[in-house]
Order: sequence, then C-alpha cells, then structure tokens
Amino acid sequence: MYETKYHRATSVEAGARLMSEAEDGKFLAGGMTLIPTMKQRLASPSDVIDLRRIEAMKGIVISGRTVRIGAATTHYDVSIDEELAKICPAIVSLAAHIGDPQVRNMGTIGGSIANNDPAADYPSSMLALDAMIITNERSIPASDFFVGLFETALEPGEIITAVEFIAPDRAAYKKFPNPASLYAMAGVFVARSGDVIRVAVTGAGENGVFRLIDAEAALASNFSSAALDSLIVNPDGLLSDMHASADYRANLVKVMARRAIAEIANRPM
Amino acid sequence: MGVEGIGARVLRKEDKRFMTGKGRYTDDMVVPGMKHAVFVRSPHAHARIAGINVEEAKKMPGVIGVLTGSELKADGIGNLICGWMIHSKDGSPMNMGAWSPLATDTVRYVGDAVVLVIADTKGEARDAAEAVDISYDELPVVVNAVEALKHGAPQIHPEASNNMIFDWDLGDEMATNDAFAKAVHVTKLDIVNNRLIPNAIEPRATLGVYDAAEDHYTCWTTSQNPHVARLVMSAFYNVAPENKLRVIAPDVGGGFGSKIFIYPEEVVCLWASKKTGVPVKWVGDRTESFLADAHGRDHVTHAEIAFDQNNKILGLKVQTIANFGAYMSLFSSSVPTYLYATLLSGQYDIPAIHANVKAVYTNTAPVDAYRGAGRPEATFVLERIMETAARELNVSPAELRRKNFVRTFPHQTPVIMNYDTGDFDATLDAAMQAADYAGFEQRRQQAAKRGKLRGIGMSCYIEACGIAPSAAVGSLGAGVGLWESAEVRVNAVGTIEILTGSHSHGQGHETTFAQLVTERFGVPIESVSIVHGDTDKVQMGMGTYGSRSGAVGMSAVVKALDKVEAKAKKIAAHLLEADEADIEINNGDVRVVGTDKSLPWFQVALAAYTAHNLPSGMEPGLKEGAFYDPANFTFPGGCHICEVEVDPETGVTEIVQFVAADDFGKIINPMIVEGQVHGGLAQGIGQALLEGTHYDASGQLLTASYMDYAMPRAFDLPSFRILTTETPCLSNPLGIKGCGEAGAIGSPPAVINALTDAIGSNELSMPATPQVVWNAIQAIK
Ligand SMILES: Cc1cc2nc3c(=O)[nH]c(=O)nc-3n(C[C@H](O)[C@H](O)[C@H](O)COP(=O)(O)OP(=O)(O)OC[C@H]3O[C@@H](n4cnc5c(N)ncnc54)[C@H](O)[C@@H]3O)c2cc1C
Repeated sequence: MYETKYHRATSVEAGARLMSEAEDGKFLAGGMTLIPTMKQRLASPSDVIDLRRIEAMKGIVISGRTVRIGAATTHYDVSIDEELAKICPAIVSLAAHIGDPQVRNMGTIGGSIANNDPAADYPSSMLALDAMIITNERSIPASDFFVGLFETALEPGEIITAVEFIAPDRAAYKKFPNPASLYAMAGVFVARSGDVIRVAVTGAGENGVFRLIDAEAALASNFSSAALDSLIVNPDGLLSDMHASADYRANLVKVMARRAIAEIANRPM
Repeated sequence: MGVEGIGARVLRKEDKRFMTGKGRYTDDMVVPGMKHAVFVRSPHAHARIAGINVEEAKKMPGVIGVLTGSELKADGIGNLICGWMIHSKDGSPMNMGAWSPLATDTVRYVGDAVVLVIADTKGEARDAAEAVDISYDELPVVVNAVEALKHGAPQIHPEASNNMIFDWDLGDEMATNDAFAKAVHVTKLDIVNNRLIPNAIEPRATLGVYDAAEDHYTCWTTSQNPHVARLVMSAFYNVAPENKLRVIAPDVGGGFGSKIFIYPEEVVCLWASKKTGVPVKWVGDRTESFLADAHGRDHVTHAEIAFDQNNKILGLKVQTIANFGAYMSLFSSSVPTYLYATLLSGQYDIPAIHANVKAVYTNTAPVDAYRGAGRPEATFVLERIMETAARELNVSPAELRRKNFVRTFPHQTPVIMNYDTGDFDATLDAAMQAADYAGFEQRRQQAAKRGKLRGIGMSCYIEACGIAPSAAVGSLGAGVGLWESAEVRVNAVGTIEILTGSHSHGQGHETTFAQLVTERFGVPIESVSIVHGDTDKVQMGMGTYGSRSGAVGMSAVVKALDKVEAKAKKIAAHLLEADEADIEINNGDVRVVGTDKSLPWFQVALAAYTAHNLPSGMEPGLKEGAFYDPANFTFPGGCHICEVEVDPETGVTEIVQFVAADDFGKIINPMIVEGQVHGGLAQGIGQALLEGTHYDASGQLLTASYMDYAMPRAFDLPSFRILTTETPCLSNPLGIKGCGEAGAIGSPPAVINALTDAIGSNELSMPATPQVVWNAIQAIK
C-alpha cells in the first residue's frame, strides 16, 4: 500500500526524466520534511527521486557580487562558506540558525524554498535579496515564486537547480524562534543595496513570507532602527496559534526588524 | 569514606553500556517467532463505538491476528484499576469508571486503544491497522476539569455522576475557619499547575511471550516496578497466576513516573500471545507517547493563607480541582491527595490547614504520578502564596519564611506528616549566600540599564520521599505495602551479587548500591553486581518511584548486609579461633582486632561454601535476604533561588542564575546526586517556562510532537549552582532522604517568583512562554 521506489538521479535531466516517468513521484533533497511526512503516511509517493547526488546542483559560486547557491547545497555548507560570509554574512548566519546540527547537515536550500513552509527561514532572504529561483526550465523572481502556504510557482516536475542574487551592500536577519520547534515565529530579513531597501518577513504571515512595505518606506528616508519606532505592524493577516497570537507576532516583527537594522548599523562593513 | 565507598564520586558503572549504545532495552529483545503489534486508537475524544469490522484487516498481507476488546473480555481479562482507594468526605468510596484494556463500547480520549493488529512486520501491522473499520457515534467532549464539574457537562463514566471521582478533605475545617477569623491579613491566590507530558527518551514497549508447553507467560516491559506489574496483572487483570508469569524490565530509558503504571498494552500483548500462539511485541512511537502515556499535574487551585499581626501563619485553606483524564490510572488517586495535601505545611509551622480536592474525569489522557507527584503541586501553591504574601505584607520573602520555619523536631503537621529532622535556616542561608542575594538590587539596576527586567525569587520546599510505612499507607487506602526487599549473595570466591526490588532506569543503582557493599566489606566495586528488574531473579519488590530507592531499597540492602556480616564474622571467628566480637572486616580483610591474624574476604566466603569447617550447627552458604519497611517518610528539603532577566520587548526570559541548596540527608555518591538535581531542575524549569499541553475543545491533543511541545534544551538552562547541607534522616539506617524529585519540586515556584518579581505583576501562568510573559507585561502597561 505504501511502496515507494527510490531513484538516485545523477543529472538534472535524469531527475526530470525519472519524474516524468513516475506515476506519483516526489523529489527528495535533504528529506528533512519529506521523510517525516512519509513516515506519518501523510505522503505516499510512488517514486522518490533523490537530487542530492547531482553535482551540478551543489556548491556556492561567487563572481563579483553575484552569488549562486546550488539547490542541493546543505544549510551547513552555506553556514561555513567563508567567501559568502565576506559579502553576505546575513545569509550565512541565517543558515547557521536553522534547526539543529542534524537538520543543517541534511536539509538543503532548494528543499527549503520548494517546500515554502510559512515558518522557514530562507524564503525571507530570497524575497529581501530579490533573488532569482533558477529551475531546469526558467528563472523565477522570488517575488513571483512564493505563492502561499506551502505553495510555490513551481510546475509539476520542475526542479530548482540554484538560487542567484546580487549581494546587498548590507543585510541582516533576525529570527525569533518558536520555543518548541525552533522554526521562525517571526523572522525579518533586511537588505539594503544603494537606495533600495527590502524587508521580508517569515514565520508570521497567514500566506507565508511577505514584504513589509511600510518599513521599507520608512527606512528609505531614514535608515535607522529609530525610523521604525512609529511603525505599526497590522496584526490582520498574521498567523495566530497556540504559540503566538497575531498581536504578539506583530510586535515580534517590529522588534526583529529594529534589531536587524541595529545589527546592520553596528556591523563594520 | 573509601575511594569507592559511601560518599565517593564513583563514576557510573552502567554508563559504559549506555554511552556506547550497548544498553539492552525491551525493543532490543528478539525471540524466535516474534511478531509485531500495532494498536488502533481512537481518533475521537469521546464517542460510542457503533461497530468494529476487522474482516478486511484480517485479509491483509502478513496478518496473524486482529483482536478486539470483546474477545479480551470473553477470555476473562479484567479491567484496569486504580490501586489506591480514596473515600470522599461523605464517606463514599471513589467513583471509578470501567477501563477496558481495549475499548468495547465507548472511547473516552484520543489515543484510547480499541483494536490490536499483529503481523509479521511492523509495516504490515500498520497497513492492516488502517484497514480496520471502526464506526463511531461522536459524543460531546469536555477537556477542562472545571468545566467537567459543571451541571450539564458531558458525562464520561456512568459510575461518576457529574464526572466527580471523589470530593476529599484533609485537615480540620473548623479549626482552620477559626484561625482565619483571627487573621490580621489574608492572602488569596488562584493558581493553575499545568499539565505535563513525561517524554521519557525511550517510548513504552512490551513483548509478551506465551509458552504453551509450560502454560507460562513472560512479559518484557518498560517498567519502573516489574513486581508490582506482575502482582497487578495476576491479581486483578487475570492474565495468569503469579507463578506462571515472569515480568522482566531490562534497561529502561527513563520513566519519571510514567512507567510505574500498568497500561493496556502489556496486558493486551500477553493475552494476545496466547490467543495467537506467537510472541507479540509492541513498541510505542513518539506520537503514542504523547497521546497515551499518563500525563502529570493539571490542577486548578484556590488558596488562602492567614497571618497574625506578627506575620505568623495562622492557617491555610486550599481547594483544588484535579484533572484525572479519561480513566483512573494505577496510582492516580494518591497523587492529588496523600502525596499533595499532606505536604501543604511545607517548611512552616502552620497550626491549622484544610484542603479539599475534587478529582474529575475529562476526555484527556489519564493523569498519574510524574516526577514529584503531588509534591510539586503542593510546593507551587505554598511557595507562590508565601511570596505573594511577603509582597502584600511588605516584608522580605526570606524574612517571612524564616519567621514561620519549623525549628523543633519531630514536628507534627496538621496534615498527617511528622517531620523527623531538618534545618531550614541552613538551606536558606546557604542558598542566599551562594546567590549573593544581598547584591541583587545592584544587579537589578545594572540590568535595567541594559533594558532588561531582572527579578529574583525563592522557593523553600519540603517533600516526602521513601514512600512509605506499609501500615500507614494501608490505612490511607493503598492497595499494596511500600517496603522493599534485598538479597545479598556472596559467591564462593567472594564476589557479591545484590538483588534488589528497586529498579534502575537511569538512577545509577548499579553504582550506588555497589558502593554500600564496598563500604561494608572493602571489596572492590567491580566485584559487586546489582541484579534487578526480573521477577524470576528477585523474589519481590515494590520498585522505584518517589525517590525511594535510596531510602527504602538501600535500607533493605543494609539489613541484608548486616546479616551477611554477622554470619561471616561467626565463620571467621571460628576459623581464626577468636571471639566473634573481635572480628572486623576492612579493606577486603577479615581480621581479629589488634592482632595480625586475618583471612582474606574470599577465604571466608569459600569456607562458607566448602563447609568443611563451620561452627557446629551452622548452615553452609553466605546469602541473606531482608525486607525493610520504613518507619516514616523521609523529608528532603531545601531552598532554590532563581534570578531571571526578561526582555520586555519580546517577553523572553533568561535564567541568569539558579542556586539549589538541598538537604538530602546522607549522600552515597555526590556526583550522581548532582545529576539527579540537574535533571530535576531541568524538568521543573521546563514546567515553569516551556512545557504546555494543549487540547482543543474537541479533545484533540495539539501538542503531540516536539514541533509543538517544548522540552527544555541545554541552552534554555543556566549552569546550576548546587549545594547540599546535611541533617541525616533519623528513620532509616543510612540517614538517606532521597534526591530524585527535589529539583522538579522546588524549582517551578522559584522561577515564577523571580519572573513575577521581574515584571512587577503576579498574574502569570505556567508555562511562562515569551507570549505569556509579554501578555502579562502588556496587561499592566
Ligand atoms: C527538526 C527540524 C527543525 C527544522 N528547523 C528549521 C528552521 O529552524 N528553519 C527552517 O527554515 N527550516 C527548518 N527545518 C526544515 C529544514 O531545514 C529543511 O529546509 C526542510 O526540511 C526542507 O529541505 P530538505 O532539503 O530537507 O527537503 P526535502 O524534505 O527533501 O523536500 C521538501 C520538499 O521540497 C521538494 N524539493 C526538494 N528539493 C527540490 C528541488 N531542488 N526542486 C524542487 N523541489 C524540491 C521535495 O519534493 C519536497 O516536496 C527543520 C526541519 C526539521 C526536521
């Protein structure tokens, strides 16, 4: 009843082909989300196509200020990349604070954004960095990619191969973890490139990651945490559950945003 | 103290096997022909079972059997019981509803076991379990005990009208009312003790093996008290007579109380093994642990305390509603009664106390003893109300406590307990000094400059361990005696086996019990082995809970050692041609005092077994047994001081300092005691800050995984400062009081007292998560 065939893809093309041949296939990356779901029998794919061994999907390439992270790169590998730390320390620190060591050594950036958990960390960075999500078929701007709760612009069978972004002048990520799961209960990624300021929020939105446009506007005229003193984060549209009410999340979004900006201000660049 | 005797920091002998993954747990047991079981559990919190269809499931691949409660009943297996009778204040016995190991007509909580599926593999059993077709007619649900008592609430058991199991009183109500009439000040407090889910690292498991040739059963199980399991399964559940039932609890990965009780699973698997003719193993998964292990705590309490003009306590009134869940678990009734209300006097001389406890059924998992069992609840009430009173009376919390400390012993409280000894000033002084209590105000101001709210809180707890004098607990309704047994077997070459009815599931008995022998005979600790956890090896025992292994289990060992020592001395005196009174045993030598005449220990042992030259009339062998029935409870006590810093913007609490000064009486191994305190504090702090159990209105457990149930992690905890003072217990031979639960008992009120001090509001419930703390701060803004 729950039989699953395991395939190990050696190239992106092979992965796509295996998927097209499968009756009800699923890509497998770190398996940190997919495997528990299968164990609980909430998912029962006919075929699992493992993307982790595809060399072309692994590793971090930096040319100038352009950063390309392969989709099968683990959180751990992002968290220890010294070159990346020089030009975008915020994403390195984000990766270092995902889950626990076991999860960081298995989970991948591609899996994280494909899954688009509303409490996952990476989606906020993708949105704030105005990243391109590169698939085997096209490039999708982050602002079009994250559609809703666990929903993305990916078509069936489409494989994320990498993400690409221009390192910002400055950026910071501040996360308030859920005390039980350690996922984000409110995480705010602030990125500044020249005059362009982008603030993205994860963990708090009813529809997943979103941009905090009001904060961006306030910061454009005065890039300091004081600029957010009078910011009112509207609790409408924020998640409310046994861990945190919408009001509390609204407060956390503001506090995390201010702390991210304070960190940028204090960090030598 | 020798290097391996009493008081030595001997490294734990058992850790090599635990740390290298070589422990042997129930799930590691494999017997020929063994099959795997999965329970089909109720997805509803309350429903009538309209029909059970197992035909499809029986046809699934690998299936050996699909069994239901009606078959179990037809074979004469009895309902699960609560073994401690409580009478309501009107004299009527408690209203215990029926608990069938497999539900037949009604399910009463999410996780209630209904059908057992056995198959060749666990995967096949799971597949077949999904094919079992149970139709339910849903019934109205109540999860909150206060709601359950209300008129018109859903009825859970026909035996308990309005869901009331008992309405029980302790203490003199009239005298307490009189005391309140004279009061100059009365402090009142409404308080909730949050429900906890035990979360032992090893989920429960059992392997039932029926041997048709011998008509004999073996039950491997994750138990803290295998002998009690055998007794109860024989005497009440009708599984098999005791001589036909062997219960083995091998290595057990933590219990914290939750593995005291006899659950449906072991009863059903034993019965199913006979029914299907195959050994049946069930290993719970983590979700089952959350749903169907007995939970802890869950009290709603109103308390009032009365003071005279000198701030001396005149009286205490406590009214508690205790949520028992859907069924009465094995010792559930004792927890909010004789393990709770009897401790309400705390460290204080209180002339009059009256407590009323209402026990209530709800559509939630059964609730029973969990680390501390009743004493944490009592301590939380008393230490929160003392702190609150100090604030209202505008005196320092330490001063108010000191003013009321018991200082003469023995001290008879108005709630049964008779404290033999203690020195509450000593633990309070030690803790305050270690915490630099005097310097707190300065630290508070420094924290304020950093934008943090700093607070300090204390808790002066007493608890009762070493449960308990059998006649006393018998008169209070216990269905069993609470003594312990031991046997000391000296082998012919002088090595020694200690057989004990205590069970070790993390406590380190293999080390500490051996230290007693090393202390006594001076033999190396490697030559001593501890045997426990098997009813075929150890004749009888009451098991490990209530911090009783040291106070009761070791006392039995001491009695047996006394007998062995006496016999060894007789033999040695005979061989050395000396007077028995002149023989001493030291460092592995048996010698005549003041002479150079001696025999090595092993020769005395050998002489006992060769029996070539024994005193006339003496039986061969060197083996003695003893039963120890405690004369009194023991009373560990101490003072915990917690210091916190709160981030007012987020409500995050950081424990910046935690001091525990405890009086555990005599300590056998300080390292192990510290480990016990660390674990207890982690659990107490977990209760105070992190662990919240949430059922929704339909009775679904929302916190059924670690995604939602927050267990304390290392980074949630400070580096503890642990001190001990010592007033040896007077009622047992070693002077031991017990240390297993103190950490979980003393710490929650210390944390909440510190937090309420920090934020300047007394309205704070546990777990005080960042959200809860932030709400409390907003409410007073
Ligand atoms: C205990 C625990 C704690 C965690 N804590 C955090 C946390 O704090 N913050 C956080 O952000 N995350 C957290 N996670 C999530 C984790 O970090 C992973 O990001 C997440 O599990 C998904 O990545 P994965 O590589 O494991 O993907 P998988 O589980 O293998 O796959 C997830 C989904 O993505 C699809 N998929 C995977 N790769 C691709 C691809 N290249 N193209 C298209 N589809 C793809 C799969 O088909 C599947 O549907 C936690 C997980 C666990 C188990």
